[in-house]
Amino acid sequence: MTDPVTACDGQGPPVDLENQPVIVEVRNVNKAYLRGNHVIPVLQEINFDIRAGEFLALMGPSGSGKSTLLNLIAGIDKVDSGTIVIGGVDITALDETELAHWRATNVGFIFQFYNLIPVLTAFENVELPLQLTGLSRSERREHVEMALRVVNLSHRMDHYPSQLSGGEQQRVAIARAVVTDPTILVADEPTGDLDRVSAKEIMSLMCRLSRESGKTIIMVTHDPKAAEAAQVIRHLDKGSLNDAHP
Amino acid sequence: MRTLKLLIRNAFRHKLRSGLTILGITIAILAFGMLRTMVNAWYAGVEASSANRLVIRNSISIVFPLPIAYKDKIRQVSGVNLVSWGNWFGGVYIEEKNFFPNFAVEPKSYLALYPEYVIPDLQRTTFLNDRKGAVAGRKIAEKFGWQVGDTVTLKGTIFPGNWEFAIRGIYKGRDRSVDETQLFFHWDYLNETMKKTASRRADQVGFYMIGITNPNLAGEVSTTIDATFKNSLAETLTETEKAFQMSFVSMTEAILIAIQLVSIVIIVIIMAVVANTMAMTARERIGEYAIFKTLGFGGWFIAGLIFGESLVISLTGTAIGIGLTFPVAEAFHDYLGTYFPIFFVERHTVYLDIAAGVLVGLVAGLFPTWRAVNIRIADGLRRIG
Ligand SMILES: Nc1ncnc2c1ncn2[C@@H]1O[C@H](COP(=O)(O)OP(=O)(O)OP(=O)(O)O)[C@@H](O)[C@H]1O
Ligand SMILES: [Mg+2]
Repeated sequence: MTDPVTACDGQGPPVDLENQPVIVEVRNVNKAYLRGNHVIPVLQEINFDIRAGEFLALMGPSGSGKSTLLNLIAGIDKVDSGTIVIGGVDITALDETELAHWRATNVGFIFQFYNLIPVLTAFENVELPLQLTGLSRSERREHVEMALRVVNLSHRMDHYPSQLSGGEQQRVAIARAVVTDPTILVADEPTGDLDRVSAKEIMSLMCRLSRESGKTIIMVTHDPKAAEAAQVIRHLDKGSLNDAHP
Repeated sequence: MRTLKLLIRNAFRHKLRSGLTILGITIAILAFGMLRTMVNAWYAGVEASSANRLVIRNSISIVFPLPIAYKDKIRQVSGVNLVSWGNWFGGVYIEEKNFFPNFAVEPKSYLALYPEYVIPDLQRTTFLNDRKGAVAGRKIAEKFGWQVGDTVTLKGTIFPGNWEFAIRGIYKGRDRSVDETQLFFHWDYLNETMKKTASRRADQVGFYMIGITNPNLAGEVSTTIDATFKNSLAETLTETEKAFQMSFVSMTEAILIAIQLVSIVIIVIIMAVVANTMAMTARERIGEYAIFKTLGFGGWFIAGLIFGESLVISLTGTAIGIGLTFPVAEAFHDYLGTYFPIFFVERHTVYLDIAAGVLVGLVAGLFPTWRAVNIRIADGLRRIG
């Protein structure tokens, strides 16, 4: 096997973003945390758009608020002020239950620490988000098998997370993230806990999801090598965005 | 269903921890069940008593006798339809430790008062016709290997001498609450012997046992009888059989209350132990619960996972505990049957066991569920890694 120079080598061209509609609109978002009686501002007046099919890398120093911003977009945290409109839905206006339903169909999650349920097999982990849909058992099976095929783990579907390597577990997590065909994929340092070879494998997979399947991906990363796979890179610093393109 | 599979797998994830917790619950339920059964055994005499029977005894104390002559006056009281009498004999079979209750009674009326002692007709007739005949309970007969026709010698303690009886019948209880460890023989046999050997003690009875036509008459009949013998040499105290039995139990009531308290304390302790296990487990899983929530699973699902796991553990322990209670109670009865003639696990006790198990499971799941449902997802996810 030849070692490609970047994760996206040998794959098709990136999506032409000019002609794509805006799918995520972040407007005047502010977020602060309360620690004791100190208010710690984390994000200030964040504004940006993400187009359908965009592969965005969010970079910045530790503590700059990358995870916080990603969580806000993914609907697992609440803004203090501002709006986030995704696919026409203002998610800052949804209540907890609505938000949970919205997440189930619109967001695929990939985290640094794989986040699989240890007592479930690879198959069952990937099937998990489908349990909240109205799909029949056989339809679910079909989707799960397809998702596992995409990440090239069909042969390991009956294995438990503890029987898989870190890279393989992260691939299962990616399969779980894409199995519902969500509007956006969010990834928080997906390669942060992996060795170089596995990391490249994961990035190559992410790149393929972007270029071949046209997924909209928002990825937080520290790793410039990982960011190379993205089309757009934004830098967060002390709670503000400094835009940059590769 | 996947969710059920999930919570069962979760419950047995830490095999040692779950195993020890289940063992704890098993022992607690076993102890609880045994203590309850013991208390029930204590009250067995009270439970088995009939509202149609009254006991008349000497008003000073049960150890003082009443004259046999009272029987005719008692018969005349309206509402009384049967009069029987007897003495606590206190005979010993071979040695002291073979204790069992034995009475001299007026046999015909006594058996009529106690339809719950079931005796085959032929045995009943031969018993009634044989002055030296006796009937024994099934359990005591089995214990000593007595057969119908055997001659049995009891050593008298209250009434000295060696007393020979021919076992003419073996009675069975109509149901499990009937004491099958007693022996009855003819009061006449006792009385005639007394006439010859200790005439001062002849024509005296320890108690009268009477039947009344209607339980509602108990108060009225008692008052009339006691009034009849007021100011006589031996005044009477008449009460329902239940009150009479209760007077024995109430002597030890403090102990019974203590036992009942202990049985509740045991459940409270195990509740705390299981709650601690569940809190520990849920703390470790907080990240996993956050993942479920992230994927869109609601609070009810999380609550179901935790309560489900907690109930799987507590009910597994409860089931094993109940399963063990029966053989242990059996062994206990074999060993201490003379003190507890009626000793069996009542259905009610099993229901209490199950209720306790469910309660333990629910209480143990309460706090972890509250925490897991209310924690912010972002905070929950931070706990991973
Ligand atoms: N729940 C919270 N309570 C208080 N402070 C918080 C909380 N979550 C995050 N913070 C603070 O907000 C700031 C931004 O955190 P965030 O996790 O978004 O940073 P990050 O850019 O993802 O950092 P890293 O690269 O280390 O993951 C940090 O100073 C952090 O300590
Ligand atoms: Mg972060």
